[in-house]
Amino acid sequence: MSIETVLLLIPLLPLVGSAVAGLLRHQVGRAGAHWITILAVAGSALLSAWVAWQVFFNGLPTMDYTVYTWAVADGIRFEVGFLVDSLTALMMTVVTFVSLMVHIYTIGYMHDDPGYQRFFSYINLFTFAMLMLVMANNFMQLFFGWEAVGLVSYLLIGFWFKKDTAVKANLKAFLVNRVGDFGFLLGIAAILAYMGSLNYAEVFAQVPAVEGTTISLFGDTQWSLMTVICICLFIGAMGKSAQVPLHVWLPDSMEGPTPISALIHAATMVTAGIFMVARLSPIFESSEVALSFILVIGAITALFMGLVGIVQNDIKRVVAYSTLSQLGYMTVALGASAYSVAIFHLMTHAFFKALLFLAAGSVIIALHHKQDMREMGGLRKYMPITAATAWVGSLALIGFPFFSGFFSKDLIIEAVHYADRPGAGFAYFAVMAGVLITALYTFRMLYLTFHGPTRMDEETRSHAHETPAVVTIPLILLAIPSLAIGYFTVEPLLFGGALSDSIVVRSANDVVANDLAGKFDHGVLAFALHGFLTPVFWLAMLGVGISTYIYLFNPGLADTLKRRFHAIWKILDNKYGFDTLYQKTLTGAGLGIASGLSKGGDRTVIDGWLVNGSARMVGRMSGALRQLQSGFLFHYAFVMVVALVALVASFVLLR
Amino acid sequence: MLTLAHFITLGAVLFCISVAGIFLNRKNVLILLMCIELMLLAVNMNFIAFARFLDVLDGQVFVFFILTVAAAEAAIGLALLVVLFRNRRSISVEDIADLKG
Amino acid sequence: MPIIEIIFYLFSTVLVLSALSVITVGNAIHAVLFLILSFFSAACIWILLQAEFLAITLVLVYVGAVMVLFLFVVMMLDINVTSAKEGFARYLPAGVLVSLAMAVQLFLVIWTRGMETVPMPAAEGEDYSHTSAIGELLYSEYLYAFEIAAVLLLVAIIAAISLTHRRRPETKYQDPSRQVRVKREERLRIIKMKSEGEEG
Repeated sequence: MSIETVLLLIPLLPLVGSAVAGLLRHQVGRAGAHWITILAVAGSALLSAWVAWQVFFNGLPTMDYTVYTWAVADGIRFEVGFLVDSLTALMMTVVTFVSLMVHIYTIGYMHDDPGYQRFFSYINLFTFAMLMLVMANNFMQLFFGWEAVGLVSYLLIGFWFKKDTAVKANLKAFLVNRVGDFGFLLGIAAILAYMGSLNYAEVFAQVPAVEGTTISLFGDTQWSLMTVICICLFIGAMGKSAQVPLHVWLPDSMEGPTPISALIHAATMVTAGIFMVARLSPIFESSEVALSFILVIGAITALFMGLVGIVQNDIKRVVAYSTLSQLGYMTVALGASAYSVAIFHLMTHAFFKALLFLAAGSVIIALHHKQDMREMGGLRKYMPITAATAWVGSLALIGFPFFSGFFSKDLIIEAVHYADRPGAGFAYFAVMAGVLITALYTFRMLYLTFHGPTRMDEETRSHAHETPAVVTIPLILLAIPSLAIGYFTVEPLLFGGALSDSIVVRSANDVVANDLAGKFDHGVLAFALHGFLTPVFWLAMLGVGISTYIYLFNPGLADTLKRRFHAIWKILDNKYGFDTLYQKTLTGAGLGIASGLSKGGDRTVIDGWLVNGSARMVGRMSGALRQLQSGFLFHYAFVMVVALVALVASFVLLR
Repeated sequence: MLTLAHFITLGAVLFCISVAGIFLNRKNVLILLMCIELMLLAVNMNFIAFARFLDVLDGQVFVFFILTVAAAEAAIGLALLVVLFRNRRSISVEDIADLKG
Repeated sequence: MPIIEIIFYLFSTVLVLSALSVITVGNAIHAVLFLILSFFSAACIWILLQAEFLAITLVLVYVGAVMVLFLFVVMMLDINVTSAKEGFARYLPAGVLVSLAMAVQLFLVIWTRGMETVPMPAAEGEDYSHTSAIGELLYSEYLYAFEIAAVLLLVAIIAAISLTHRRRPETKYQDPSRQVRVKREERLRIIKMKSEGEEG
């Protein structure tokens, strides 16, 4: 089997699986649906792993080829094509592996759901779309995958479409993503307009030529073309990767089933923005302004979204806000030109955040779909595997040395520390503070769920027990990379040049090679051991300590603090009022314009004047004209003859 | 001396008379049919005159066809008239105004 | 005045006067008779124009067939003769005015555009036949039109028959197709009834 066939099979297997499970759902049945889809995605995962093996260990050169030419218009080619290099191989492996885990987990989580086959069809379709996104070699296919994952996200957030909140949440996700996609599309359009191609390689080759170009926007002000393109593209990433101020949809997306929160809204889809920026690093490298902008946005997201996580009571929402915060970290790394570190964190985060979500889902299954942490506690005794894996995920999340999150997070902080871009100082402060906050909310969640007194009602408690193997096996399989993958991959991936064929950094900006590499002079082990001595570690331990004191030893203190600092708590609980602000300004204005147009434009002008008006006018005119129709033959003859006389007269007299 | 104009004038006079007949007559659809026959006769007159004076026989062939059509028209017109009379017991032009708006 | 002009003016006077009478007389039968007269005079003028065949056709077909049809219809229909002229005077001015206007225009056209200068060509020789000339034209150049005209007449016949034909409910008809299809058992029907004597 040639490598091209393998690459083609990787996205097509889930597509076929999705079609079979979705369209023939009655024929294949429930078991058939999950077997087909799991086999499809397992095949995909195996082939992806093989491709990654070829790329990383057997030195497979970068493959950039066209699979199918869809259309050629005015010299611009619209194609389906694959670009397979180290970055793509890494993403493919992560996506298919997490997707496989989630598929297996879903058997347990959705066990009693009537939409069982539909769900499997959707997640398989999602896998296809995500693979198309990461494997793209041109902007059109990137955009296709981008929109397709958005569509599946929309379908899955509203999976329980009879639930009002779910329907509202998926609409919100869709609308907010539209704002981001608008910017993304503008960016692609600008690239097409100024570079005349949609192919990555052709565009990258033209970057040096158009770098100095300025264009006028908003009147006469001159803007650097590259800055405009980069910021437009990044607005797309802000929508998809939920960066402030387009983050509002992600917490609400938790209305969807938990496997989806793990797969789409934590591990893969939301990282599409991060992947996109890394993939387009040659473009982003050409604009310092845009990178500063990315840095600041990421820093704001990392810090402030983490703060909100502290006051949430819904277990999934805590994880959701931690996802927002971690996405902020990745964005900060992008802004610091440490693209490889961002991708590294993307990978480790995919594992440990999927793990945390699935663990939360396991708790939710055990408690019969209760999600409020105030009604949990002490679950360690009932579900030891879930508790243990959740501990692994949490330690990885707070960046405890040797866990995978430690390497990626620590390196992000270091990268920001060494970056000398405007905004780097603020970003450094934000990510440092973020470490404390991450530890705080993560351990608050752990303690409230698995430790302390049990606060469930009697009936729930009697039913609480460890979840079945289809749930715990994915947890264990995800816990392994969460624990270990960082240790083994950090050096080859970041400093061994494994990603260097896909990520381009200008040497002046290259903090990874210039400043971070030195820290690994004594090997990974030394770096990890040194991790115990850094201020980052002590900040995290401080957060853990505070959590431990408040939630294990002095449970009343939380309420006291809440009352004492009620104003701050109120702000956090309202999520800084973004929702209220959007509701009042944008949605209010939109609704106002829409109802104005509906009343004034649609009902008055179109319905009243154009549609009914024209009908009424025809009625009136024919009412007037019918007076002329006497029905008598001689009247018609008379008119005819008079007209004939007039006609002949015009010929006779006028000539 | 007789010229083409004399014969064409004769046709024109016939035509004007039949036009006047169409709207002077209010009582009898039959007279209307006769007026139409007269009009066709006027047209035929022109055709034959032109055929003679321009020395081409095609004009006469045309008259032949017009006679055919006129005969057919008279037959159908009279048939319609009979049906009309059967249904209404009247053939007065003033009674037929079903198309009044 | 040469004889040909005398003939022309004579017959055209008769033609115009009889045409006027067609539209003015109250009695429809008189109108048909005047129409016959005008067709007759027109035929005479056509002979003057060397269209003998058409002149004869006009007399034979029109006067002989169509006009008889008219007469037949007029006599078949029971038309109120007294009211026929009603309203005639009221519409006379308008009708005359419009007709006169048209006539004036037509005269202007006819008498100012050079038609009055076209002389009548010399007559053909004695052995020349217009009838055979027309026949040659009809059966060569105008063959399709001729056939279409035949079909047109056929259609007119069918249309006239189907329009006026009606089935009277009181009339008894034979249905030959039913007669042919009859079966043996349908010819004789045996019914049971009480005989006269059994009663009482």
